[in-house]
Amino acid sequence: MINHRLSFGRVYPKLLVHLMFILYSLMCLIPVLLVLSISFTDESSLMKDGYHLIPKVFSSLGYHFVLNGTNTILNAYKVSIFVTLAGSFCHLLVTSFMAYALSRSELRYRNQISFLVFFTVLFNGGLAPYYILVTRYLHLKDTLAILILAALVSPINVLIMRNFFSAVPASIIESARIDGSGEFRTFFRIVLPLSTPVLATIGLFTSIAYWNDWMTPSLFIENNKLYNLQYLLQSLLTNIEYLTSNETASRSLEKTIGMLPGESARMATCILSIGPIILAYPMLQKYFVKGLTLGAVKS
Amino acid sequence: MSTPSQTAANSERRTNRTRSLHPLTFIKEIVKHWSFYVMILPGLLFLIIFNYLPMFGVVIAFKDYNPVKGVWHSKWIGFTNFEFFFKSDALWRVTFNTIFYNLLIIVLVTSIAILFSILLQETGSRLSTGIYKSIILLPYFLSWIVMDYIVFALLSEDHGLLNGIRHALGFEPISWYGEPSYWRIIMPLAYILKSAGYTSVIYVAAITGISSDYYEAAEIDGASKLQKARHITIPLLMPVVLILSLLSLGKIFNGGLGDWGAFYNLPRESGVLFPATDVIDTYVFRALKNMGDIGMSSAVGLYQAVVGLVMVLITNYFVKKYDSESALF
Repeated sequence: MINHRLSFGRVYPKLLVHLMFILYSLMCLIPVLLVLSISFTDESSLMKDGYHLIPKVFSSLGYHFVLNGTNTILNAYKVSIFVTLAGSFCHLLVTSFMAYALSRSELRYRNQISFLVFFTVLFNGGLAPYYILVTRYLHLKDTLAILILAALVSPINVLIMRNFFSAVPASIIESARIDGSGEFRTFFRIVLPLSTPVLATIGLFTSIAYWNDWMTPSLFIENNKLYNLQYLLQSLLTNIEYLTSNETASRSLEKTIGMLPGESARMATCILSIGPIILAYPMLQKYFVKGLTLGAVKS
Repeated sequence: MSTPSQTAANSERRTNRTRSLHPLTFIKEIVKHWSFYVMILPGLLFLIIFNYLPMFGVVIAFKDYNPVKGVWHSKWIGFTNFEFFFKSDALWRVTFNTIFYNLLIIVLVTSIAILFSILLQETGSRLSTGIYKSIILLPYFLSWIVMDYIVFALLSEDHGLLNGIRHALGFEPISWYGEPSYWRIIMPLAYILKSAGYTSVIYVAAITGISSDYYEAAEIDGASKLQKARHITIPLLMPVVLILSLLSLGKIFNGGLGDWGAFYNLPRESGVLFPATDVIDTYVFRALKNMGDIGMSSAVGLYQAVVGLVMVLITNYFVKKYDSESALF
């Protein structure tokens, strides 16, 4: 009797814990699966039966519509991939350069410069002056450059990296210097290889920020050849025609099946925009946890 | 009372400081460590152009901005740009919403994340803990645009999953996008879904850092799991929790939680919902993008920046009081 109660008391709470996490996991997964299911459902079934977790009438027309007949989405993919890769690379380079130099104690002005970096966290000029600067003075409206420049330096990342570099033993750097290695060479050959965890973590977070950026294009991009995936998705809400640069093709499609696969095409675009994140997910997760311990380092 | 050696050190520091401002010392220092300063240059230039120049741009809040004349040659008009916002009820609406949502979300996300992080250790198998962690982390990496598609798939009045379920159960469909009061719950739920998993994984990392000695000692004394959680895990986790939530408290006005995209994207720019979904960032953004009203946008932006700065300073004061190591400055 006592034994029985004991084991019951041990198993029961554990079951509750599992139940809770299974429920919450479903809350996280079901909405994504719903979008996936809609993207594979026949358009007229969507209109008639509504959205379901399992397609009532299966159809991949949404994807055909998105991927064929128009290269809007391919263009958006190219923009997103280019901006994410080039942006993260430049971000890492500029940030790590700055952070490394600021971590060296022999630099006389490092505290003053660090404060200049830090002050931008406290106060900013706001959106309108930034907008005017970019459009009127830098003439970066409708360029790929602004998509990259928008997140090129993050003061917080500079400070996190600076702390990481400060932990690199000065003796290693000192001995490289005695061996006649220049500061740049030391940085690339010795310091960076020692810092792969911090680079990977900040790189991944920056990539996600670039990939998910919708604000910069919605402020500065009008040319629909320069739309990234997020902004394309946002524009599709009001105007499915963005997908059909070729009007006659969409007309003939409309004739043959009776309607444009609007909803399923939107959801298909959504799924296509998540794709790369799912693919990179194992890597994201691995470095994410490592990065947490870095974030805990006081800045 | 300072000892002679301290006074000497002080005066030396003072001369050092005056020396460092001397142009010759400055040039010498730059020449000596030129490679370091070259490394700093790109980032510093970027911050000066993209962060410091716009700070001077706040003057356009007091000007009748004319794109042809530019910022400096536009006419001064005093506080005219502020009038509309400060006289309308929008001021109170967006200020209230900003504070209301941020406080609610910080409290909810933090408490759920603490609960999750403790229970994640109690599943009894590493494999299932790992699987749960992977799944609850996923929404954090999705953009708010994608979240908007997801929320729409659930809440669409005609086709949405929720109304479909209501229909199957014999209830009337609900017009989720037509009634602001629902969004007082929908917005926090969306934030919880996106960031509770992420935050709990942060806390798990902090809990892993707690020495196992405490738990072993408690076990010897016959402590139950609940007692261990209450008397060891939660107290030792609290510093991390407090610092993280205090810091996000300070950021409320600087793009609240650093992530206001939800308030712009999820309600789909539906004016009916603005009373419950409009926050200060969306107001500034909309004034600039949809109305093209640069004067008002910069005036409200300045209001936001100033209140934001005050909030950060207050927060920092409390963080410093609580744990001076964690203060920002």
